[in-house]
Amino acid sequence: MNEHQQTLWEFMQQQADKLGVQTMQHIGLTFISLFIAVLVGLPLGIYITRKKQLSGIVLGIAGILQTIPSIALLGFMIPVLGIGAKPAIVALLLYALLPIIRNTYTGITGVDASVKEAAVAMGMNKWQVLFKVELPLAMPVILAGIRTATVINVGVATLASYIAAGGLGEFIFGGISLNNTNMILAGAIPAAALAILFDFLLSRLQRLNFKKIKGAVKMAPVLLILLSGLYFIPSAYGSKLTAGFTPEFMGRQDGNLGLISKYGLKIHTIVINDAVMYKAAQEKELDVISGYSTDGRLKAYNLVVLDDDKKIFPPYYAAPIVREDALRKFPELEKTLNLLAGTITDSVMTELNYKTDYLHQTPERVAKDFLVSKKLYKPERGGHEAVVRIGSKIFGEQYILASMYTMLIKGYTNYDVATKTGLGGTKIVFDAMTNDQIDVYPEYTGTGLLAILQTPTQTVTKLQVSKDSTYNYVQAEFKKRYQIKWLKPIGFNNAYALMMREQQAKELNIKTISNLKRYLDSK
Amino acid sequence: MIKVERLIKTFGTTKAVDGISFEVNEGENMVLLGTSGCGKTTTLKMLNRLIEPDSGTIAINGKNIHDQPAELLRRGIGYVLQNNGLFPHYTVAENIAIVPNLLKWDKAKTQKRIDELLEKLHLSKDYLNTYPNELSGGQQQRIGLARALVADPPVLLMDEPFGALDNVTRSKIHAEFLALDELKRKTIIMVTHDVQEAFELADRIALMDKGKIVQIGTPADLLFKPANDFVSDFLKEQHLQLEFKIIKLIDIWEHLPDTGKKTNTSQLSAKAGIWEALETFKFSSRESLDIFDEKSKEVKGITFDQLMAAFSKYKTHKAHE
Ligand SMILES: Nc1ncnc2c1ncn2[C@@H]1O[C@H](COP(=O)(O)OP(=O)(O)OP(=O)(O)O)[C@@H](O)[C@H]1O
Ligand SMILES: [Mg+2]
Repeated sequence: MNEHQQTLWEFMQQQADKLGVQTMQHIGLTFISLFIAVLVGLPLGIYITRKKQLSGIVLGIAGILQTIPSIALLGFMIPVLGIGAKPAIVALLLYALLPIIRNTYTGITGVDASVKEAAVAMGMNKWQVLFKVELPLAMPVILAGIRTATVINVGVATLASYIAAGGLGEFIFGGISLNNTNMILAGAIPAAALAILFDFLLSRLQRLNFKKIKGAVKMAPVLLILLSGLYFIPSAYGSKLTAGFTPEFMGRQDGNLGLISKYGLKIHTIVINDAVMYKAAQEKELDVISGYSTDGRLKAYNLVVLDDDKKIFPPYYAAPIVREDALRKFPELEKTLNLLAGTITDSVMTELNYKTDYLHQTPERVAKDFLVSKKLYKPERGGHEAVVRIGSKIFGEQYILASMYTMLIKGYTNYDVATKTGLGGTKIVFDAMTNDQIDVYPEYTGTGLLAILQTPTQTVTKLQVSKDSTYNYVQAEFKKRYQIKWLKPIGFNNAYALMMREQQAKELNIKTISNLKRYLDSK
Repeated sequence: MIKVERLIKTFGTTKAVDGISFEVNEGENMVLLGTSGCGKTTTLKMLNRLIEPDSGTIAINGKNIHDQPAELLRRGIGYVLQNNGLFPHYTVAENIAIVPNLLKWDKAKTQKRIDELLEKLHLSKDYLNTYPNELSGGQQQRIGLARALVADPPVLLMDEPFGALDNVTRSKIHAEFLALDELKRKTIIMVTHDVQEAFELADRIALMDKGKIVQIGTPADLLFKPANDFVSDFLKEQHLQLEFKIIKLIDIWEHLPDTGKKTNTSQLSAKAGIWEALETFKFSSRESLDIFDEKSKEVKGITFDQLMAAFSKYKTHKAHE
């Protein structure tokens, strides 16, 4: 933490290569999709001016496509088109369609009827009327549509990084996950600049008079193809396996940076969003992914965790944390919460997560079934002595744990429980706790160490050797700084992990990250 | 030249054109006259197949117009629209050259023809490279006419060609229109709802009402032998003025005394209408006017009072015919 704060300019200089590649990919993605959108949208727009009864349907569908949230649309594309450029281009293309179709339609229908009639009356056939009269006169409106589509595409293309298609989104979303402002700005500023630049250039084109526009419109396809081509310049280098890492993982010392520095791992890597990463691995689009060791998707998609034999991933053991004044207020509480200590292993937690995330059982049911099977479950006493407030973050595992604690408290004590689940990320739930909004919630040692305590790198490196040293460190620090107590760990370690398809790992005989490196290095 | 038989066109429940038949002779100027919505435009547009009739036949030079491709038919028929329909994205020269380009004329021929037309229509060559929106309404209308005339089509269709112009410009263009030899050879069908215009320009007028032709004939026929009350009512308001327009000096020649007082400065042809003679009096504020009959080479000097007296004598005679 005592390193000097890097400026945005330094960051951009340092990452100039990456920035260049991402910018080219970004422009490429924008214009490939725009080009195809024009190829599709323009004829379609013309067609519905001839078959007006279809115009409602076509514009309606294009309108609906536009309202689909970008992430969802990208998600829909994965099963059909996999990950990478293809689904990203298709998604962008779908967004670009509406303004192009609509403006073509309004542009052409808006051409002065008497001019069209004059054209017909002079003996032009329908193609001549289209190319000599309707299209030239509609061109300013059509260009306005293309301009809108371009700006939309530059914006939406930032999301392409979610599905491993590259672009400036890699910096933006990486920066958001890593809370690295320079990184966010290094992506966001060029993206905004691109949008403004293209908007400006197209506005100039729109304002040209009819004479000049003829030439400009002829040049447009060439220009579009050239710009589209930019996407392919930074062609990826090949390797035997392909890895897909989240933007967050890419930028972390306890992530890709550690893989490179500690293991010397050299693998063809693409950046991808967490939501689609597991699926992409299952569908063999990716071979190695970064994930969480207790994620239910591990089981759902038949993935195995590679052993972190050089210990670069800090332990994320889960344990309930409680404010000390709450422990005094509820004497029974600590004992009750500790009932769960040591009962849930990694594989059990994965199983439980699988039940909620993939079998769509309610967290309450999963919690109850587990407690019953461990013979920990007791029916509610219905006590009203005092109310314990339990919080949780906004993902499945935390809901399950919160449910278990609720049942235990109601069954073993005379306290009542108020739950405040789904409190967003670490910051929100932890602030709720320090501000006396909740009494207890499940936290992870790694999160406590890095996100909350912001422990310096040297200390972290020392601690990482064993799980106990980390636990002891956070326990002591939390007590000192926040008067919050870490109770006994629940047992599982929800740490970062590299994972592969079970079958492939077996075939290649890869069990650890070192195995993976050895395999990649072998010829 | 043009033969129209039992033409019917219905839009939904409106019978826009209801069984119209008429013939137009070569070189004749036929005006379709009538109130708004009586089916004039619809009739006109069926002639170049901008609208296809429900039934009935149209033949030009004995050839059914539905026996040839519509585009080819149209390239042989000039068409002038009320609000001119010039291409806003074409220069004046390009606008006029549209049909020659469709007909694949070579550049030199097109250029020569454009120059010739501009001169006839009193338009400066400076306008050739301007766009229509830089021209006045009257100039635009002339360009529209040039565009229709450029390929020298034998037939010209005009839909209220002067409707958008102010009165002064309109009468100026009327005069040019009548003087243009280019138009004298052409068979013209012109739509208007302006009675004055019809009487000034028409060889024959077809007066229409509710999709039907009420009467078809020369202006004098309509004026002096109206087929029914609709026709006389239609012309009633402007009757006197119309008479001045269609009765020529030669018609009342015999009732005009020769005062012998020749001014010899300028002469008015006896072929001119009484209206023109009245206008000359009005603008020159002269006592008397010399009129000249080309046939008999006779010249008469007349005063305003003599002119009016001769006119009323002619009318009484006419009424007793
Ligand atoms: N495309 C159309 N669809 C429906 N009705 C039409 C259409 N064109 C013309 N009509 C109707 O047919 C009738 C005749 O129209 P038309 O345009 O021929 O009249 P017009 O004599 O030219 O009138 P105006 O002097 O106002 O131009 C009108 O009642 C009009 O409403
Ligand atoms: Mg009309």
